[in-house]
Amino acid sequence: MLNAIIVMTALALVLGAALGYAAVHFKVEGNPLVEQIDAILPQTQCGQCGFPGCLPYAEAIAAGEAEINLCPPGGDEGARKLADLLGHEFKPLAAEHAVEKPRAVALIDEQTCIGCTLCIQACPVDAIVGSAKQMHTVISDLCTGCELCLPPCPVDCIIMEPLAETVSNWKWKYPVTAIRKVA
Amino acid sequence: MMANPLRARGGIKPAHHKTESSGQAIRRVPLPARLVVPLRQDSQGTARAIVAVGDKALKGQLIGVPEEARGTAVHAPTSGTVVGIGPYPVPHPSGLDALCVVIEPDGEERQIEHLRLDTARASRDELIAHLQHSGIVGLGGAVFPSHIKLGKGGVDTLVINGAECEPWITCDDRLMREQSGAVLSGARLLARLAGAQRVLIGIEDNKPQAIAAMREATREVVEREAESAVSVSVVSVPARYPAGDARQLIRALTGVEIPYGRRSDAFGIQCFNVGTAHAVHRALDHGEPLTSRIVTVTGNVERPGNYEVLLGTPANELLALCGVRPGTGHVLMGGPMMGFALPRPEVPVVKATNCLIATSQALFPPAEAEQPCIRCGNCARVCPTGLQPFELYWFSRARNLDRVADYHLFDCMECGCCAYVCPAHIPLVDYFRYAKDAIRGRDEERRAADRARARFEFRGFRIEREKAEKAARLAAKAAETRAAQAAAPDGQPDAQALIAAALSRAQAQNGAAAESPPLSPPPES
Amino acid sequence: MSYFFVILSAVLVNNVVFVRILGLCPFMGVSKKLSTAVGMGAATTFVLTLAAGASYLVDHYLLAPFELDYLRTLSFIVVIAAIVQLTELVIHKTSPLLHQVLGIYLPLITTNCAVLGIPLLNVSLGYGLLESLLFGFGSSLGFTLALVLFASIRERLDGADVPIAFRGMPIALITAGFMSLAFMGFAGLDRFN
Repeated sequence: MLNAIIVMTALALVLGAALGYAAVHFKVEGNPLVEQIDAILPQTQCGQCGFPGCLPYAEAIAAGEAEINLCPPGGDEGARKLADLLGHEFKPLAAEHAVEKPRAVALIDEQTCIGCTLCIQACPVDAIVGSAKQMHTVISDLCTGCELCLPPCPVDCIIMEPLAETVSNWKWKYPVTAIRKVA
Repeated sequence: MMANPLRARGGIKPAHHKTESSGQAIRRVPLPARLVVPLRQDSQGTARAIVAVGDKALKGQLIGVPEEARGTAVHAPTSGTVVGIGPYPVPHPSGLDALCVVIEPDGEERQIEHLRLDTARASRDELIAHLQHSGIVGLGGAVFPSHIKLGKGGVDTLVINGAECEPWITCDDRLMREQSGAVLSGARLLARLAGAQRVLIGIEDNKPQAIAAMREATREVVEREAESAVSVSVVSVPARYPAGDARQLIRALTGVEIPYGRRSDAFGIQCFNVGTAHAVHRALDHGEPLTSRIVTVTGNVERPGNYEVLLGTPANELLALCGVRPGTGHVLMGGPMMGFALPRPEVPVVKATNCLIATSQALFPPAEAEQPCIRCGNCARVCPTGLQPFELYWFSRARNLDRVADYHLFDCMECGCCAYVCPAHIPLVDYFRYAKDAIRGRDEERRAADRARARFEFRGFRIEREKAEKAARLAAKAAETRAAQAAAPDGQPDAQALIAAALSRAQAQNGAAAESPPLSPPPES
Repeated sequence: MSYFFVILSAVLVNNVVFVRILGLCPFMGVSKKLSTAVGMGAATTFVLTLAAGASYLVDHYLLAPFELDYLRTLSFIVVIAAIVQLTELVIHKTSPLLHQVLGIYLPLITTNCAVLGIPLLNVSLGYGLLESLLFGFGSSLGFTLALVLFASIRERLDGADVPIAFRGMPIALITAGFMSLAFMGFAGLDRFN
């Protein structure tokens, strides 16, 4: 009995010491997992997940502090990819985190804009140009559709314009055959 | 000189259906009530309209200028009044509207004065720029701007594509028979612009008259100009679909196989359609911009044949002219293999419209229901690119985009041979088109996300930097004040020193302001 | 030659997944994509070989002298968990590239019952150190083989018209069953052993 206790204690001590040594000596800053998670996130930097940007959310997921289904722009598709990467069970988008919307870009009504620069400061990707008391405009190619510019606007002159399908960005759809239509 | 044709790989031999429309000479079409000219006429981008509603336009007048160096110009096909600029239905599989200029012809066909270029004297760059301004694009159906193809140079062999392998279509056949001299002249111009020493004109052996006409024209030129810098030979290639694909034809004529991701000019070869050669001749030798093209109208019509059609002519008017028989269903634009059904009958004829086919139950029985793949391998046997369509299909169907790309999906040219022979009637090409667009869309999204990430990170960096600069400024100011305090002998803030410091700051600011013009007049002091 | 047969037997005849029915959690869980299956297989190979060796040492030099056989399972679990942790830390520092490939699979391996099963089998089969290492290596090769084969099949299953009731896990289990049957064929190799 005493043997058993001594042996197990010794084993635990040796392994514990080795692990402790390794934890100090092989300490690495940064987590490659964060990068992989960040690569899946859509980078809208919208903060709808409750974190200030995509990278902080990726860090929270990697640390196990956040669920994987808090990102509305990524949608169910993004949550599925995160579940695959992390070996978690897939969860549909959390209900309180809004519904998936079609991709849209912000559009400033130039008649109403008073040039207050508040939206410029709010834009996480610097996609709004203009200066004080000058009209502002959105560079639509760079806009991620995060809607962060909507609340600060004192005159509510920013609207979200859904991206229209045109001949140049139209995509072939998944073929639907007659049999599938019936089923 | 005779090129030795390589043995063809894959391909199919569907019924030609060429004789229906190839017997008649090319006819001109009367002016329609109105012309709808899309501003997107090439594969690169939409031109910017430079006319307004109510403007008068002459035939050949510029109405759309390219927005960028890769685009091409758009011209008024006839003289008349611009009655509308806006979204109208266009021939595109999506059925979406696109920006068009609508012209109501005045019936006078007044031409704008053509820019006369001395082709013998003008520099290569001038001529190529002129092609761009004449709106010359590939008329085989891909509408790739010709000036981009010619831009690089470094080409030794020019392939002129007269294969016209798709069933039903005969517009290139008729053009070569009737305008062989013009086609040859255009081909020689293209050869000069590309810097090519030899021209190979590839024609399928089911068009003996076209081959004879082109050989005759070539012989005449050789007799006329005994010492020509460019050698031209007309080569007959075995009739086989898709022998007319540019890469297939290049392989058949020169034995060079263009690998994926490379353009043929990297191998010193460039390929143009005979229709394009004809348009180049019109543009350079006569100064005429591209405002019309030859269209084969065939299928379930009374008078099938080839017509010279002004761009913008509504397809239904053209078909009505040929007498649409009862029982006609949808109308195909392009051939039955690679074409698509027109979303609406009134869409205009564009530069890509080489053929309109009125379908009927008898000529084009509706597609049979898709059945499971039995892995017979017929598709792999006919694939001219040597792909495994059944694998591509399997992974496209499962939406497994990474794997389908592994199987070289982007080598597929969507010729439709696999779907043609598939005993399970699987619309393979539809799956491939879906998968290609899905992969492109995914890559696009990834690029956008990367860009957003970089900009977000830079913004964080910028805010930090601004904070640091502000802190540095404040610290400098505080140090200055402290220095002034220390200078005072009794430890009390020396009023004089503080004032002096404030004055010197104000002077420094004024100096800075004087260097840059003030936004508002300085207040009087 | 007998060492070769130890490996051959572990890979094919006594395949850890299909014949011994060990390590089914990762086998079902990480076999949806071929790329992850390869990563998981590589990580398992690495850890399992180490675990087989370390467990032998612990058993032979610590437990056997004190006649503490009844503590074998307990101490093996502790040793394996420590090895996995240690490996992750060391790889993370020394080879970021390898860590990128194996990193996210290493923590999952702690719960792989094959990693405990193989050292226990080593003891009951009475293998020495070299044989233990070879058996561990061979078994994990067998695990990798099973995982890669299964992942390839499952990638194809995605495109198949599976009856609704069988979609997902049921058809995967049926497939695994068929593969298991197929691997029984290797029992015929026994006569050379």
